[in-house]
Amino acid sequence: MTAIPMEYGLVLAAVLFAIGLAGVLVRRNIIFLLLSIEIMLNASGLAFVVAGSRWNQPDGQVMFLFILTTAAAEVAVGLALALRLASRFKTLDVDAASKMQG
Amino acid sequence: MLSYLWLVLALPFAGFFVLAVGGARLPKSAVAWIGVGTIGASALLSILIGAGFLIAPPPHHAYTQTLWTWIHVGAVTQKVSLYLDALSLIMMLVVTFVGFWIHLYSAEFMERDEGYSRYFAYMNLFVGSMLTLVLADNLLLLYLGWEGVGLCSYLLIGFWYKDSVNGIAACKAFIVTRIGDTAMLVGLFLLFFSLHTLQIQDLMHRAVEQWPVGSGLATAAAALLLGGAVGKSAQLPLQTWLPDAMAGPAPVSSLIHAATMVTAGVYLIARTNVLFALAPVVQAIVAIIGAVTLVGAGFSALTQWDIKRVLAYSTISQIGYMFLALGVGAWSAAIFHFMTHAFFKSLLFLGAGVVIQAQRHEHNMFKMGGLRKQLPVTFWTFVIGACSLAALPWVTAGFYSKDLILWDAWHSQQGSAWLWAAGVIGAFLTSLYTFRMVFLTFFGEQRQPVDHKPRLRVIVALVVLAAFALCSGFLELPQTLGNVPLFTSFLHNALPAVNARPFPTGLQLLFQVVTAVVVLGGIYLSYLLFLRDRGFVQSATNTPVGQVLHRFWFTGWGFDWLYDRLLVRPFIWLARADKGDVIDLIYSEIASVTRTLHELASATQTGRVRWYAMGIAFGAVIILAIVRSR
Amino acid sequence: MTTTFYVSAAVAIIATAMAVTRSHGVHALLYLIVSFLAVAMVFFVMGAPFIAALEVIIYAGAIMVLFIFAAMMFNLGQQAVPQERQWLKPGMWIIPSLLAAILLAQLIALVFAGGGRNLAAGIATPREVGIALFAPYLLGVELASLLLLSGLVGAYHIGRHLRRSDATP
Repeated sequence: MTAIPMEYGLVLAAVLFAIGLAGVLVRRNIIFLLLSIEIMLNASGLAFVVAGSRWNQPDGQVMFLFILTTAAAEVAVGLALALRLASRFKTLDVDAASKMQG
Repeated sequence: MLSYLWLVLALPFAGFFVLAVGGARLPKSAVAWIGVGTIGASALLSILIGAGFLIAPPPHHAYTQTLWTWIHVGAVTQKVSLYLDALSLIMMLVVTFVGFWIHLYSAEFMERDEGYSRYFAYMNLFVGSMLTLVLADNLLLLYLGWEGVGLCSYLLIGFWYKDSVNGIAACKAFIVTRIGDTAMLVGLFLLFFSLHTLQIQDLMHRAVEQWPVGSGLATAAAALLLGGAVGKSAQLPLQTWLPDAMAGPAPVSSLIHAATMVTAGVYLIARTNVLFALAPVVQAIVAIIGAVTLVGAGFSALTQWDIKRVLAYSTISQIGYMFLALGVGAWSAAIFHFMTHAFFKSLLFLGAGVVIQAQRHEHNMFKMGGLRKQLPVTFWTFVIGACSLAALPWVTAGFYSKDLILWDAWHSQQGSAWLWAAGVIGAFLTSLYTFRMVFLTFFGEQRQPVDHKPRLRVIVALVVLAAFALCSGFLELPQTLGNVPLFTSFLHNALPAVNARPFPTGLQLLFQVVTAVVVLGGIYLSYLLFLRDRGFVQSATNTPVGQVLHRFWFTGWGFDWLYDRLLVRPFIWLARADKGDVIDLIYSEIASVTRTLHELASATQTGRVRWYAMGIAFGAVIILAIVRSR
Repeated sequence: MTTTFYVSAAVAIIATAMAVTRSHGVHALLYLIVSFLAVAMVFFVMGAPFIAALEVIIYAGAIMVLFIFAAMMFNLGQQAVPQERQWLKPGMWIIPSLLAAILLAQLIALVFAGGGRNLAAGIATPREVGIALFAPYLLGVELASLLLLSGLVGAYHIGRHLRRSDATP
């Protein structure tokens, strides 16, 4: 097969990361916020795998495994926090928890 | 004996201290014993010291007693030391002696007042400060006494502080005299910086050595000291406070504003007479101030209805006589008049106090009348005092002292016929308004019943002072009437004699006759206008010219109005304009700029997660840009 | 193979963009699952089959399902669409998009600054990944397990005091 330049893989990762970032900055619902964070994590993992594939070594995949673990743990805790937010403020609006302002 | 001099000072201060600390807890009789007793002991001691001084005078007729060193910083050394010579001896005797009788009077007069111990504490402090002023060896200690008497004057004028009018009068007195005090302080600085000493005798010697007659420094120093004297002695232009100071109790007016504090200015000028001799312009101004004030105050006294205000303007007028004497170089005559004035004026104030208390605190003479039968002792002593004030010829002390001044005003080298004429007009006015006061208060029909009659202590004080008001003049009889120059010859140990110009013999007798005629004429005119038929005066006052003149003289020649427009209102306007504290704006602006920056910075803390995420992303963009640029 | 790569990449990008912009919760989640499947395809093309499988199983299978459970619990379906529409006004997109675009441009510039290389032709088999995990990265594995434990404990603790009636907003 014709080789795929490494840059394209990294560009893909960058684009996905940027979309995820835009999502984090825009969405107000906490679930969608967490979703966008997942997108960003996935994109960074993609970058690692691309890098590992460039050298034809498994290290990139190992790193992705760790990122995956992190994402899983983070989602669990994050959703628990979302529960607490919902019970405390009766809304999923992440702007409701802005008491530390000023 | 002379070494006990410090005790004369210490006793009143000790009395003040005891009464200030524990007076409220002591019974009234104990307070009276302490308050009056300390002054009595001081008076007795002064008499003994005076006797000692006369019998065995110290070398150069001056005795110095150094108590301790007050300031010792670098080249500046000021000691607390007392100086006793003829002048300060006479001042000390008058202050303690008259002070004692007034204190005795107050022991009964202020009986029913709840501030009894406070009163005696302040009075003792006053006498102590006045003695400090009089006995001071250097100008700094004198200034201490000066300020002390000013403070006590404020405290005692505003004694009945619950009525705010009294407080305002006290503030007015303090502020107006403060203006004079500041001038005096500048004068002290000037003297110290040029002559490097404030010790009075030293100062006089150095001034004569270093400053020629009429030099700028001497003139400036003398003028500044004159400023202080004018303030304390209520002469033009700082005389506005004394009529309002009558808000205080009658014995306070008697002691402070008749006999002692207001003569502090006279004492100062007499003490530093060398400086004034070195500045003839200033000395001439002293005489002119005296002459103008005595005539002006005389007219004002003629229109007053409050008995104490008549006496206040009368005091201003009589001190004008003393200034007149000082201005023409008749130093001893001024001190002689001071002594007789202390006796008769304090007597008059004490009598006025009795009358006011008897008429249920009524001050208006037109609402009094016919009191001579109900208050006989008061009446006779008051009449004696009035005669002395009016200078009734030959029998009263006032005649001899006033006549001496009038004679010196004419025959001194620095005197002039105009000054003499002013003095004569003043004498006429004095007898006119004095007997107006007597006739309105004690003669005629009684309008209000007598409420409260004086008892032993008051009567004793009045009688003793009346005796002295009559007899103290016999210390100094002029050449034409017996030639007893006891007083002036004693004082010539301390003060220079008058520079006389030649005069034909018999002129002195003529002048005395003129004075006598003027005085008797004034008394007779007063009898006609105020006892026989008051209708003439009333109709004269109702004419348009009469009304204007009456109001003009009533308000003390409009000085209060002038000062209000000229000084007080602009100052208040300025204070109001600066209400936001314009100068402070520089510093407060720095603070508010900082606060604005803080508010800007704290606006970045919105508390919103997405905002912080944007911050992180923005930071990443910047860091990547930096990385890219390298 | 290359076409697979480009097609999967395009699908991933489009699906992610849709996921981020939807107002209906479940729709967004489903789009994201599609995106993850596309990314798994990309992994496969790049010679990382193990990770491709894991992406599908764990990421799309477990994590996304967890999200769907949460969406169900919070009633993020049709009921919440008006609320989301209100929060997602078009004007709100401008600055975030701008920032993301600038970041993207910088990243792309950085990526293309290095020397060009191609992806290797070989496949990193699961066997190699396993050997790597148990030899050089053993510590990492242990730490990952510790992380999962802490995540578990944390999630349990944080969610514990919730009263059942407060669960739904």
